[in-house]
Amino acid sequence: MFPASFDYAKANSVADAVSILTSVDDAKLLAGGHSLLPLMKLRLATPSMLVDIGSLSELSYIEDKGDYVAIGALTRHHDIQNSRLLKSEVPILPYVASQVGDPQVRHRGTIGGSISHGDGASDLPAAALALDARLVLVGPTGERVIPATEFFVGFLETVMSPDELLTEVRVSKFSGGWSFQKFNRRAQDWAIVGVAAVNDGNTRVSLVNMGPTPLRASAVEEALMGGASIEAASKKASEGLDPPEDLNASSRYRRHLAEVLTRRALTEALG
Amino acid sequence: MQITTIVNGRSFTRDVEPRTLLVHYIRDLLGLTGTNVGCDTSSCGACTILMNGESVKSCTVLAVQADGKELTTIEGMASDSGLHPIQKAFQENHGLQCGYCTPGMIMATASFLKENPKPTEAEVREALEGNLCRCTGYHNIVKSVLAAAEAMEGAVK
Repeated sequence: MFPASFDYAKANSVADAVSILTSVDDAKLLAGGHSLLPLMKLRLATPSMLVDIGSLSELSYIEDKGDYVAIGALTRHHDIQNSRLLKSEVPILPYVASQVGDPQVRHRGTIGGSISHGDGASDLPAAALALDARLVLVGPTGERVIPATEFFVGFLETVMSPDELLTEVRVSKFSGGWSFQKFNRRAQDWAIVGVAAVNDGNTRVSLVNMGPTPLRASAVEEALMGGASIEAASKKASEGLDPPEDLNASSRYRRHLAEVLTRRALTEALG
Repeated sequence: MQITTIVNGRSFTRDVEPRTLLVHYIRDLLGLTGTNVGCDTSSCGACTILMNGESVKSCTVLAVQADGKELTTIEGMASDSGLHPIQKAFQENHGLQCGYCTPGMIMATASFLKENPKPTEAEVREALEGNLCRCTGYHNIVKSVLAAAEAMEGAVK
């Protein structure tokens, strides 16, 4: 299997990438390629051009910014997994990164690629949601910062316009409890359902593979704020959601998993 | 377009289409057929090679993304003095049955042992999560990796 033909351009700066995206119709950014290339090999995606930003080393960093950590969009899962700064200040993120795919995938996949791909079945977008991450987008008219909670709008669709580039992910430091519960059948697989929980005074819960986008479990969060027990709040994990049905699980089974995994996640994060 | 790679210590310059996958570049253009194509969907790990010293699945990398990079394939493991300690460990511990997954297993092991030279058995099993053996010969593969770690650790001392 190989992708349909496309033109290829190597960007030598963020500005260069944006200018190519602005001038070419249906161009897509290529970082590690571990979300995009499989889609292109299956011919589910047939962009006219790939703009390779893989060699923009200035987008690969993990920096302490006081009350938050700034992560360059091209930082690979492998680097997040092993970051001492993140392990001490935002420990859920290295753990979630370590649960993505397998070592080979984590050597190539990037946090910016994973989040901007916006797959509801991916782990890192859900972590970004539970962390209330802020996402820095750069386009032809400059920079804007979007909360992760407003970023994902539909199936593989985000608020990014076709000529924008995600350059940085900002995550606040926190010292409370956290948990990431990923349920799958084989080690390297996608989550059939996953739940991320972060408790830094407020409790935020997000869900993997429970809908067309990464999701916050708002009904669970509201129940907890209203004083509900973990048991009672977990029952609301799939409230208002329409989880997908596929070879791995029926919609009903996903609802069941969401409740069980939310209970486990809250027990760990609030314990 | 033209790309240059250093493969197993030798420099190669070839013309490729942007859509050429790295594994096809290695097998078809360079003639290094030790790297196998298994699932072709970045699941099985048969096509694992080292890119700048780290394991990657070459079916999910474009050849153009490897431009200027150093690659190591299974052909680059043995030297004039014989098999690489990882290869020897697989041979001595019956770490292969049909052999199809073996080049990928060995390259994934090479990358892993560089990061973690003294792994526990559990760590080895986790490290090989991206490599499938359809003969299900995992037990001896894990044994081989542990033996290789010991042999290489001894060599360093």
